[in-house]
Amino acid sequence: MLLLFEQLLNGLQLGVMLFLLAAGLTLVLGIMNLVNLAHGSLYMVGAFIAATVARLSGSFLLGLIVALPATALVGMLVEVIALRRLYDRDHLDQVLATFGLILFFNELTRIIWGPRALFLDVPSWLSGTVEVIPGAPYPAYRLAIIVVGIGAALFLYLLSTRSRLGMLIRAGASNREMVSALGINIRLLYTLVFGIGAMLAALAGVMAGPIYAVEVGMGEGILILTFVVIVIGGIGSTRGALVGAILVGLVDTLGRAFLPTLFKLFMAPAMADGVGASLASMAIYILMAGVLIWRPQGLFPPHG
Amino acid sequence: MMRAFNGALFALAAAAALAGTPIGMGAMAAEPVKIGMITTLSGGGSALGIDIRDGFKLAIDQEGGMLGGHAVELTVEDDARKPDRAKEIADRMLKRDKVDIMTGIVWSNLAIAVVPKVTKDGVFYVSPNAGPSLLAGKGCHPNYFNVAWQNDNLHEAVGQYVQDQGIASAYILAPNYPAGKDALTGFKRFFKGNVAGEVYTKLGQKDYAAEIAALRDAKPDAVFFFLPGGMGISFIKQYDQAGLMGDIPLYGPAFSFDQTILGAVGDAALGVVNSSQWNKDIDNAANQAFVADFQKAYGRLPSLYASQGYDAARLIGSALAATEGDMADADGFRAALQKADFESVRGAFKFGANHHPVQDIYVRQVVKEGEVLTNKVLGKAFTDHADAYAGECKM
Repeated sequence: MLLLFEQLLNGLQLGVMLFLLAAGLTLVLGIMNLVNLAHGSLYMVGAFIAATVARLSGSFLLGLIVALPATALVGMLVEVIALRRLYDRDHLDQVLATFGLILFFNELTRIIWGPRALFLDVPSWLSGTVEVIPGAPYPAYRLAIIVVGIGAALFLYLLSTRSRLGMLIRAGASNREMVSALGINIRLLYTLVFGIGAMLAALAGVMAGPIYAVEVGMGEGILILTFVVIVIGGIGSTRGALVGAILVGLVDTLGRAFLPTLFKLFMAPAMADGVGASLASMAIYILMAGVLIWRPQGLFPPHG
Repeated sequence: MMRAFNGALFALAAAAALAGTPIGMGAMAAEPVKIGMITTLSGGGSALGIDIRDGFKLAIDQEGGMLGGHAVELTVEDDARKPDRAKEIADRMLKRDKVDIMTGIVWSNLAIAVVPKVTKDGVFYVSPNAGPSLLAGKGCHPNYFNVAWQNDNLHEAVGQYVQDQGIASAYILAPNYPAGKDALTGFKRFFKGNVAGEVYTKLGQKDYAAEIAALRDAKPDAVFFFLPGGMGISFIKQYDQAGLMGDIPLYGPAFSFDQTILGAVGDAALGVVNSSQWNKDIDNAANQAFVADFQKAYGRLPSLYASQGYDAARLIGSALAATEGDMADADGFRAALQKADFESVRGAFKFGANHHPVQDIYVRQVVKEGEVLTNKVLGKAFTDHADAYAGECKM
């Protein structure tokens, strides 16, 4: 029973981690209708910058503070130089171009930082464990990730519903020509949105750095999960991204934790381990297929 | 128009950059021996391929562009860890470049895709890393030599060590793919205690919170894991953050405690016992020269993979010296390879009947030398250890 609660907490934490990455991706996809495979590269850039600053200064927090605007700047540069030309093209062109960007960023990262993974440690004031559930010490840093994720969700909510910028963004998403006819510089607006998306990717990368490996290509595996999240949640919906992410986090964690044990009830142990592990790795895709059959637009389609 | 032209130019430049650059020009001999190296130089896992290449090149550079006194021409290409790409490159090297010897592949799934094709064409393949059981047993071939290990070997050594420590129960985990299953099989071949849990994780998985919670709950006396590359970095960090490092001792093969990894894991790995056929403090002249020259040439400590690349080159060198570079005499070259008449950086080294190493495997511990994390040899787990598949090999 204790283990179940602990695994639920693990699932929630993984979900929040995925939300951090999904938020930026769904923002860009929903508002600018741009499929940005290079979102994972921005996640990697954020982690690498933070790791470098943290190593030089000895401060994780300073790494975070530098990495966010720096990655936003990288993102905006990429938008101005490359992605701006792709808004009117179809999704396949966007996929091709942004896939090229993945290769570009991977190689650039390897040239600048070398092929070996970097070191980024948990800040000392978050390094212990906390007994949230009595008898199951939980890493304090993972709790911090949950707090940061909730903070990011709140920030996005306030940004889109309570700020002038958010109003313009929503207006731009529903009618681009009309907004620019009213004298708003829509190109600048899009660049800004992309910058926010990149900053969110960097936030995810920096938060992930101390628990995952900071290495070239670190953004690709997790990007697949992130796409699953936004497809389940409804493309373009921040609320959907949050719900989808937590759903994926829970299903993935609980599947890994309990499916093999479940299969052992009616199978030979060796076989149960194999079948359970295989099924656990498929669980989120089965979930996605199920959601799409039930609601083809995802759980929270943004426009109607 | 202009844009299309620019695009074409860019594509040409990219193609030129991607095409392998021949390294180590032949000294004076008319016909240098051609060596084709396919390895992973870009994307995740490139640290391994780069170290293999650099170790191999070091051996050539030490002889001024030669191996065993004979000029060689090395062509290196990047497989980006993709089997289809590796197969394509192999095709090109075999048909167009007409290489005499091939080497370099890091990953077992790529080796299985490429090696049978190479050996069928009568070309020699010297593996500096991947040692899948298939190629050691039923699928062995007279032209295939593995200078590193058979995949199971290092895991077997950890199994033996954990057994010798009198540990009663172990929780074991590895990724859900062939090499992961080989790893746990290898461990269990020598560990006779109770297996408290056997877990297969997803290949490329980053988050191990669920597995760590389950293993804490199972209360084993030790944990054995095989999670190569970034997976291992993530696992060790998370294991430490969960506060388990002091409670339940962690054991693994060298792959997760290698020089390419330790810098990213940090002090979390300090004190962990792991197995390896090589370490930088193994005391012999060849190893001392290798470690010193590698650091001088590349400005970093050599890894296990670099040592294997270096040994692969020196093994080829020993055979070239014996046959005087006459690649037409395939039987002579094969016999010379089989003799393994070179000073390996790991000390004593010989091949078994299936062309896989019969060698000592060490137990080492992660220590700090000044600010740098590295390994120190504790002792031997095995002396003259051969792999379990040699009996299945008929050639």
